[in-house]
Amino acid sequence: MKFKGHHIISMTSFSRDMIDSILETAERMEPIALGKQRSGLLTGKILAVLFFEPSTRTRMSFETAMYRLGGDVLNLGSVDASSIAKGETLADTIRVVDGYADAIVLRHPKEGAAQLAAEFSTIPILNAGDGAGHHPTQTLLDLYTIKRESRLEGLKIALAGDLKYGRTVHSLCYALSLYGAEITLISPRELRMPEEIISDLEKRGAKVTETDTIEDAINEVDVIYMTRIQKERFPDPAEYEKVANRLKITPELLTDARPELRIMHPLPRVNEIDTGVDETQHACYFKQAFYGVPVRMALLALVLGAIEI
Amino acid sequence: MNEEQELRVKRIENGTVIDHINAGQALNVLKILGIPDSSQGVVSVLLNSPGKFGIKDVVKIENRELNVREVDKIALIAPNATINIIRNFNVSQKKKVHIPTFVEGVVRCVNPNCISNSNEPVTSKFDVSVEESLRLRCTYCGRSISEDIAKHLL
Ligand SMILES: [Zn+2]
Repeated sequence: MKFKGHHIISMTSFSRDMIDSILETAERMEPIALGKQRSGLLTGKILAVLFFEPSTRTRMSFETAMYRLGGDVLNLGSVDASSIAKGETLADTIRVVDGYADAIVLRHPKEGAAQLAAEFSTIPILNAGDGAGHHPTQTLLDLYTIKRESRLEGLKIALAGDLKYGRTVHSLCYALSLYGAEITLISPRELRMPEEIISDLEKRGAKVTETDTIEDAINEVDVIYMTRIQKERFPDPAEYEKVANRLKITPELLTDARPELRIMHPLPRVNEIDTGVDETQHACYFKQAFYGVPVRMALLALVLGAIEI
Repeated sequence: MNEEQELRVKRIENGTVIDHINAGQALNVLKILGIPDSSQGVVSVLLNSPGKFGIKDVVKIENRELNVREVDKIALIAPNATINIIRNFNVSQKKKVHIPTFVEGVVRCVNPNCISNSNEPVTSKFDVSVEESLRLRCTYCGRSISEDIAKHLL
């Protein structure tokens, strides 16, 4: 499998073999990500970080990944202070930065921006989120977390929250369907997973059920993946409060939970997970954030050709 | 076309007859061809004409043949259309439109937040699939168009 020079744009182009190779590589990176082992794998390589909208955690996790492998990071800086504010096209920015770096991480508010960037770039583009579009490194780190903290094979997972607009949840489900997961969808009526996605998942071998309370599923699953519900989705604030309270994990809810249950969340959380849950053995979300580092290390090493698998 | 219908619309000496257009789509076909602006010859339009498979529209254009891009666009809104090239009152060539698997610069993406709708130096690109119905999927943002395709033609 050759990853050298490849763009990482969307999960839809990833086969199960490709995902497995990336996750295995990430596992080898873990001691370096933890600072227990030093590496000069990407010495002399430069990663350009182009964030056209703020996403501090994703940016920091890419930067950490690059530094941990001995590489350097070139930051675009604030968009207001740069030529982009003067109306330069993304295509031009990419063609310029192409000459400065060995790979580009791009975060952009418009959907399809990473695909466009790839058309104008001779160096690998890593999509760190384009509008409501793809965010493949998030999906890969979610899968990695599940692999490390639970199991990918024969997984029973519940996803709760905004399942209608959350595209990262959609691509996570698609990826999990490659592993034959049993998926329980928990959401308010207004924010249900789109029908066509459910039918796609079933066609791809996943078992899907829908319910509207966490209590129904929490003792049955290996993993529960919580997502944030945005207040703006509800015209009536009272309606939001009702929903927000129903889809919340508290220590009380976990009284009868199996010890193996893992709780994930892409963070930041608002109040979907009570802070009382943080100290329980189930809490997995801060580890999940850390796992972004070895996964991004693996991707960088692969697309820059420092590792071949 | 049978004799009686032939009488309704005059036969043309040279030009193109687009037959088997889905009923209701003839005016969109004219729009695709830039008619009347781009055509000097007589253009005849037959609406709701009875055909072998129900009603259909027919468009006849004098002294004009179509280019590939025009045929691609017609295929998207009238997948059953046939293009007949008329020379000297005879059908010199008859072919079915062929639905392309990929179209570029033909349709505008419906997603206002799609990068292809900004001032970037790219044209829109869509993958075309035919299952129960025709579906165009934007290469950039992934959004699909399956209804009223004519409305989104560039
Ligand atoms: Zn689009």
